[in-house]
Amino acid sequence: MSEYILELKKVSRYFGSVIALKDIDMKIKLGEVHCLLGDNGAGKSTLIKILAGVHEPSDGEFLLNDKPTGFDSPRDALDSGIATVYQDLALVNLMSVTRNFFMGREITKKWGPFTIFDTKKGNEIARAGLAEMGIDVRDPEHSIGTMSGGERQCLAIARAIHFGAKVLILDEPTAALGVKQSANVLKVVARAKARGLAVILITHNVHHAYPVADRFTLLNRGKSLGSWLKSEVSREEILEMMAGGQELANLEAELAEFTRADAG
Amino acid sequence: MSTSTKTADDALAQSAKDERVRKEPIIKKLLTRPELGSVSGALMVFIFFAIVAGDSGMFSADGILNWSTVSAQLGILAIGACLLMISGEFDLSIGSMIGFAGMMIAIPALYWGWPVWSCILFAFAGSMFIGFLIGLIVVRTGLPSFIVSLAFLFILRGLTIALSILFTNKTIVSGVKEVAEGDILAAAFGGEIGGWFFNWLAQVGWIETYSDNTPIVTGIPMVIVWFLLLATIASFVLLKTPYGNWIFASGGDAKAAKNVGVPTDKVKISLFMFTAFCATVFAACQVFEFGSAAADRGLLKEFEAIIAVVIGGALLTGGYGSVIGACFGALIFGVVQMGIFFTGADSDWFRVFLGIMLLAAVLFNNFIRKRVTGS
Repeated sequence: MSEYILELKKVSRYFGSVIALKDIDMKIKLGEVHCLLGDNGAGKSTLIKILAGVHEPSDGEFLLNDKPTGFDSPRDALDSGIATVYQDLALVNLMSVTRNFFMGREITKKWGPFTIFDTKKGNEIARAGLAEMGIDVRDPEHSIGTMSGGERQCLAIARAIHFGAKVLILDEPTAALGVKQSANVLKVVARAKARGLAVILITHNVHHAYPVADRFTLLNRGKSLGSWLKSEVSREEILEMMAGGQELANLEAELAEFTRADAG
Repeated sequence: MSTSTKTADDALAQSAKDERVRKEPIIKKLLTRPELGSVSGALMVFIFFAIVAGDSGMFSADGILNWSTVSAQLGILAIGACLLMISGEFDLSIGSMIGFAGMMIAIPALYWGWPVWSCILFAFAGSMFIGFLIGLIVVRTGLPSFIVSLAFLFILRGLTIALSILFTNKTIVSGVKEVAEGDILAAAFGGEIGGWFFNWLAQVGWIETYSDNTPIVTGIPMVIVWFLLLATIASFVLLKTPYGNWIFASGGDAKAAKNVGVPTDKVKISLFMFTAFCATVFAACQVFEFGSAAADRGLLKEFEAIIAVVIGGALLTGGYGSVIGACFGALIFGVVQMGIFFTGADSDWFRVFLGIMLLAAVLFNNFIRKRVTGS
């Protein structure tokens, strides 16, 4: 048994003539936050979809607990303990907290000859799961339409954890959030890690990723620039390596030009 | 694991005594119920007609039976349309399906010599297969169900007329009552129950009788029994079972539902079949009540059913609604339709009322949705 729960070896994915991903190596360890960084179009989405069972790799090896694995469907990945929280969160605004929490995997009990949705127990579990994320649910039967973006993110994460996720993939969890809510979500990531889960955090915001991540993998134009432990690399170096690094330097130079012109 | 449950319990206990949780006023809670509009609407309608038509016989035994039968007929259709609308789809072919199913009962029974019970089973199988087909086309092509079922509105109506002329040379097939004599399944749709009870009521003088001592109401028509039965089952399934949760999820956000493993396609197809089932129940009750099937039966019923569902608080966009609400929507419908008849007003006013009612209901539902989604 190796120390890595998930391992990608030279994984590639092609869509017709387009090379979306080429020779990606990646190692995921339990109790670690692995941050996947890259600009738009770097292939982050394709990589998650391979991990989540939406796409199969065109080439390369996919190891789960050292065994070569292939997922036929997202359901398959889910059953193997790999849960993905997409940007749209897969929540229904018109439905209650509990109904969302158990959507598709309803908790049931016997009621005479019928199998019914056990809302009472469901309410308790949903409330407890969210309380662990630091969120008080006023009424689990209330629709989630009135919850904030951060609270909804936590609901989606709590749901994934409750249903036995070992590897939690978070797709841009802080993209649409304010500063405070982002901090909250990052705290939740740290908590999930403390519970022994492996977290894959996809983002293009280094400032959000750096404080919680243990390991970084950088993607650029479908290729991996490499993986580093946090101790091996600084925030600035990462920024530099991302496609934006050079651009930002240029931008800074340009801005400096402007200020000089203004002063003159 | 035990430590994590413990912290969860602690957190739970903490949240239970959170000072930020406050009791919401009951009125505010009621306002987010989908049934509110139609239940209060039904009350208002009752009060209105009790004042205007109280002495016209509308609230005598046969008057009550009259409007409750009309309500029950529409209610049966509304129950199917309601679940389908909550799952995010429409079926405009309900009305044509009624005519088609009626013919599927009457033609084999009268012209092909089939036993009546087998004709009923044939009609159910046939219409549910068509429902399956509509559902399959909708989920496979991704076309709006509005368009697909609109196509079937015309296809089925045309088929009903063309096939009944082809097989019988008529568009009205009568004489079903005679062949249905003694058939148990036929009695389950066209019969009455509780006759002894009404006899007893007449004997003690609580309801009026004709000159030959038969009570003016001889029993509760099976259509009302079907209505109550279907309403109970549908409401139970929607609110209390995992499948009910899938209905809400499919209509609320089909993509999200799919991503968490809800079989949205199966849910939608099965509900198209259920609406077809409801249309066939309606058709069977009508065929055995009148003793005939006609090619133009059920004209415009699809719209009446949708109106009842919308008055009942369901959102046209899906994901929200209530079977109980739809039933009260149908009740408003029946009471007003018959009430206008009893008051002697011109029945054209009924349509004016319907249109206004529909507008008011949609405005009210939009207001509720904004409250629920907080947008």
